[in-house]
Amino acid sequence: MKLGEIRDILQCDLLTANNDISIIEVDTVLASDGMSEILAVPHPGALMVTGLTNIQSVRTAIIADVKAIIYVRGRLPNDNTVSLAQEKGIPVMATRLGMFDVCGLLRECGMKGVKY
Amino acid sequence: MAEELFRKSFTILGGNFDKAGESSSEIKEVLKGLHIDPTIIRRSVIIAFEAEMNVVMYANIATLSFIITDEDICLEMADRGPGIADIEQAMQEGFSTANDKMREMGFGFGMGLPNIKKNSDFLAIESDVGKGTKLSARIRLNQDACS
Repeated sequence: MKLGEIRDILQCDLLTANNDISIIEVDTVLASDGMSEILAVPHPGALMVTGLTNIQSVRTAIIADVKAIIYVRGRLPNDNTVSLAQEKGIPVMATRLGMFDVCGLLRECGMKGVKY
Repeated sequence: MAEELFRKSFTILGGNFDKAGESSSEIKEVLKGLHIDPTIIRRSVIIAFEAEMNVVMYANIATLSFIITDEDICLEMADRGPGIADIEQAMQEGFSTANDKMREMGFGFGMGLPNIKKNSDFLAIESDVGKGTKLSARIRLNQDACS
C-alpha cells in the first residue's frame, strides 16, 4: 500500500519534506509506544505507528530499518526529531486518530501485523 | 585467534536521553560501509541501542567499545553505576525497575536485556552492585559456519 493512500485514509499531515509518498510502499505495520517492542520484532521496511514523539522514536526507526513513521493521537514531534527523520530519509506523518482506529483502518486496507 | 580489523570507543552519559542512540547510529553507518549482511547489522545495532538506553536510564557513565574482527562483531559496554543485583531476574522479559520518566521515553518495559540476548550469539554480563556493569556481546559474521 502506498504511503500517500495511507495519508489520505488516516487524514495525516506529512511532516517531512522531499518524501515522495505516492511511490513509497509498505505492507506491514509495527504499532507500539514501547520502542523495545518495535526492536523485539524488527521488520525491515515496515510502517511504525506510535504515540511516542521524542527523538528516540526516530532512532528506533533507524535501528529497526523502519520505512516510515505515523504519530497518532494528534501528538507532534519537535523540530529536532523531524530533522533527524528528514536527514535519514524516513517520512514522518501525524494523525489525530488514536492507535486503535489507525490500526483498525490499516488492517481493513489489508496491511499486516507481525508475529511475536 | 581472531584478527582485529576495526575498533572504536564511545562515551555514553547517563541521563542524556537526547543523545541516546547516536553511537548506535554511527555503528550502523560503519557496518553498512563495510557491506556487512543487513540482518547482522540490525542485530548488532539493536544490541548497541538497547545497551545505550540501559546506560542512559540507569548508569552514570559508560564506555562502549565496538570491535570488528575477521570472525565477529563485538560490543562491550562497561558502565559506572548502581549495578544489577540479580542478573537472572533482570534477563526476564517484563522485569523492570524503570520509573515513569524512563517509560515516557519509550523504554523501561523489561525488554532491553532480553532483546540484547536474543540478538547475541554470545553474551556475558558481570555486575558489581554499587560499582557498575560490564556487558559483552558478540555476533558472528559467518552465521552458516557456526550454526
